[in-house]
Amino acid sequence: MTQLETTIAKLDTEGISLKSVSLWQITWRRLFRRKSAVVGLVILGILIFVALTAQWIAPYDPIQVLLGKEKVKARQDPCIHLFGCPTTEPQHILGIDGNVRDEFSRLLYGARLSLMIGFTTVTFAIIIGTVLGALAGYFGGWVDNLIMRVMDVLLAFPSLLLAIAIVTVLGPGLQNALLAIGVVSIPAYARVVRASVLSVREMEYVSATRALGGDTMQILFRRILPNALTPLIVQGTLGIATAILDAAALSFLGLGAQPPTPEWGSMLGAERNQVFTAPHLVFFPGIAIALTVLSFNLLGDGLRDALDPRLAHIS
Amino acid sequence: MLQYIVRRLFLSIPVLLGILVVTFAIARLIPGDPCRAILGEKATQAVCDRFIRERGLDKPIHIQFGIYVGEMARGDFGQSIRYNMPVTRMLAERLPMTVELSVSALLISMIVGIPLGIISAVKHNSWVDVLTMMWANIGVSMPVFWLGLMLAYLFSLVLKDTPFWLPPSGRVSPGIPNDPFYEVWGIAAPEAGFGMVMHFLGRLNILNALLTANWELLKDSIIHLILPSLALSTIPMALIARMSRSSMLEVLGQDYIRTARAKGLTQRNVILKHAFRNSLLPIVTVIGLSLGSLLGGAVLTETVFGLSGVGRALYDAITARDYGIVQAFTVVIAVFFVVLNLLVDISYAYLDPRIRLE
Repeated sequence: MTQLETTIAKLDTEGISLKSVSLWQITWRRLFRRKSAVVGLVILGILIFVALTAQWIAPYDPIQVLLGKEKVKARQDPCIHLFGCPTTEPQHILGIDGNVRDEFSRLLYGARLSLMIGFTTVTFAIIIGTVLGALAGYFGGWVDNLIMRVMDVLLAFPSLLLAIAIVTVLGPGLQNALLAIGVVSIPAYARVVRASVLSVREMEYVSATRALGGDTMQILFRRILPNALTPLIVQGTLGIATAILDAAALSFLGLGAQPPTPEWGSMLGAERNQVFTAPHLVFFPGIAIALTVLSFNLLGDGLRDALDPRLAHIS
Repeated sequence: MLQYIVRRLFLSIPVLLGILVVTFAIARLIPGDPCRAILGEKATQAVCDRFIRERGLDKPIHIQFGIYVGEMARGDFGQSIRYNMPVTRMLAERLPMTVELSVSALLISMIVGIPLGIISAVKHNSWVDVLTMMWANIGVSMPVFWLGLMLAYLFSLVLKDTPFWLPPSGRVSPGIPNDPFYEVWGIAAPEAGFGMVMHFLGRLNILNALLTANWELLKDSIIHLILPSLALSTIPMALIARMSRSSMLEVLGQDYIRTARAKGLTQRNVILKHAFRNSLLPIVTVIGLSLGSLLGGAVLTETVFGLSGVGRALYDAITARDYGIVQAFTVVIAVFFVVLNLLVDISYAYLDPRIRLE
C-alpha cells in the first residue's frame, strides 16, 4: 500500500470521507442544520402538496355557490363535526363566505394561485433582470449607464405604488397585476447580476477564455453568469415572498385577481367590511398569505447563510 | 458637508426627470382617447376638442412632455374630475394624514426596533434573541392590510368596554373642534401658493392641536392614530430589529470593542458609545429601504382604517378612473420618496465622514 492509500484508509476508519462533495450537497447540509430553514421547507412542502392536490383534497368546488344545494347561509361560522357541530349539518371547516361558497376549498385552491404568482413573476423578473444586468456589467460605458439609470428610476418609486400605477393603465386583472409586479422587481435582479459580472469580468480565467477564442456569448453564459447564480437564488427566494405579498395587496385593492377567482388577497378584500361580523373570513386568508410568505422568507435567509458561509456568524 | 449635499442634489435631477418620463408615459399609455379618459365618458366632441387644444394634446409628443414638466415644476397638477377641485388643493388636504401616519409608524418602528436589535445582539442566543428573531421573521411576512383588520377586530370589538378599546376607523371623533391654527389665530389663508402650505400644516392634527393648545384634539388624534401606525410599523420594525442585531453583532466582534472592554469601560459605555455608533450605518440603510414599503403600506393602511389620506385618495381615484389624480399622486409620492432617500444619504455622510470625501 502506498502512503496515500494508507492515509485514506486511516481517515475512512475515523469516519472522515474524502469523497468529493459538490457545492449543492454542502448547501443542502448547511440548510438542513438551520431550524428556521427547515421550518420554511416544511411549510413550503405542505403548500406545494396542497397546491398540487387541491382538486382531490378540497371538499367542494371553490367557485360553486352552495345556495339552494345545502342548508347554509352566507358568512356562516365554521362547522366542524369533531368540535361539536351537529352531524346533521354539512361540515365546513372554515365556514361559508359572503357568496355562500366553502371557504376551506377556496383557501386550498388559493395556494395553487399564490405559488404560481410567486414563481411566474420572479422568473419573469430574473430573466429580464439577468439580461439587463449582464449587458450593463459586461459592456460597461453608455450601455451600463443607460440601463442602470432606468433601473434607478424604477427604484425611485415605492414598488407597490408603481405596480398600482401600471395596473391602472393596463386595467385590473391577475395577468396585468403579475406583469406589474414582475416589472417593478426587475431592478433588484439586474443589480445583483451586474455586481457579479463586474466582480469577475477582469479575472484571469475570463481573459483565458477570450484568448482561446471564446465568443462573447460563451464567455457571458458559461464563464461569468454562473457566478451570479447563488446571489440570484437567494434574491429570487426572498423575491417570491415579496411578490406574493404585493400580489395579495393588489388583489385586496381589487386590482389583481377578480372574483370569483379563489385568490387569498381578493378573498380578504371582499370580506374586509365584515371583519366584525364574520372575522373568520378575514382571519384565515391572511394566515395563509402570512404562512406562505414566511416559508419563502425563512428559506431565503437559510439559503443565504448556507451559500455564503462568511455571513453565518452574523445571523 | 455642504459640497456633498449640493453634489447629491444634482445627482437626483436625472432620477426626478426619469420619474416625470415614467408618469408621463403612464398617462399617455392609458388606452383610448385621453380626453374621455380624463373628462369622463360623457364628454361631448366640442368639449373634447377644446380640452385637447387647451392641454396641448395636439402638439408633438416632446412639446407635450415639456408642457407636462413645466406644469409639475409649478406645482400645477391639473383638476380632479371627481372632486371638481385642483389636485394641488386635494394634496394639501390629504397629504397631512399620510405624513402623520408614516412618520408615527416610522418612529414606532425605530423606537422599538433598534433597542430590540441591540438587546438581541448583546444577549446573543438568549431567549430574548430567539423570540425577537422569530417575531421579526413573522413580522415581515404579515400582509399589512390583514394585520390592520385583525388589530381593529381585537382592539375595537374583543376589547370593547375595557380601557384598551381603540377606535377602528376614522381620524377624529365627530364633534371634536378641529379648527386649523391660522383660523384660531385670525389669519386668513390665501387660496393658492403659500396658502396651500398653510392648509397642509393646519391639517396636521397633532401639530395643530399643539399650536392651538387643543388637548382634546391631541388626545383624540393620537388614539385614532395608534392602530393604523402599529399595523404600518410592523414590517419596518422587523427589518430594523434584524439589521440592528446583525450590525451590532458584527461590531461587537471587532478588536476595538475588546480594547474598550480591556480598558475597564462599563458594559453600558461599550454598547452605547463604542458599538452602537459604529453599527448605525447599516441601520440607517435599512430605514431608508423600508421607506418604500412604508409609503406603499400607507395606501393599504388608509384603505383599511378609512383614513382620508393620499393613499385612500389614490385608491378612490383608481376605482373612479380619475387618472389625473393617479398621475399627480404617483409623482408626488415618488418625489417624496426621492427626498427621503436624499435625507438618508445625507445622514450617511454625517455618520461616516469618509463618504463625504468620495
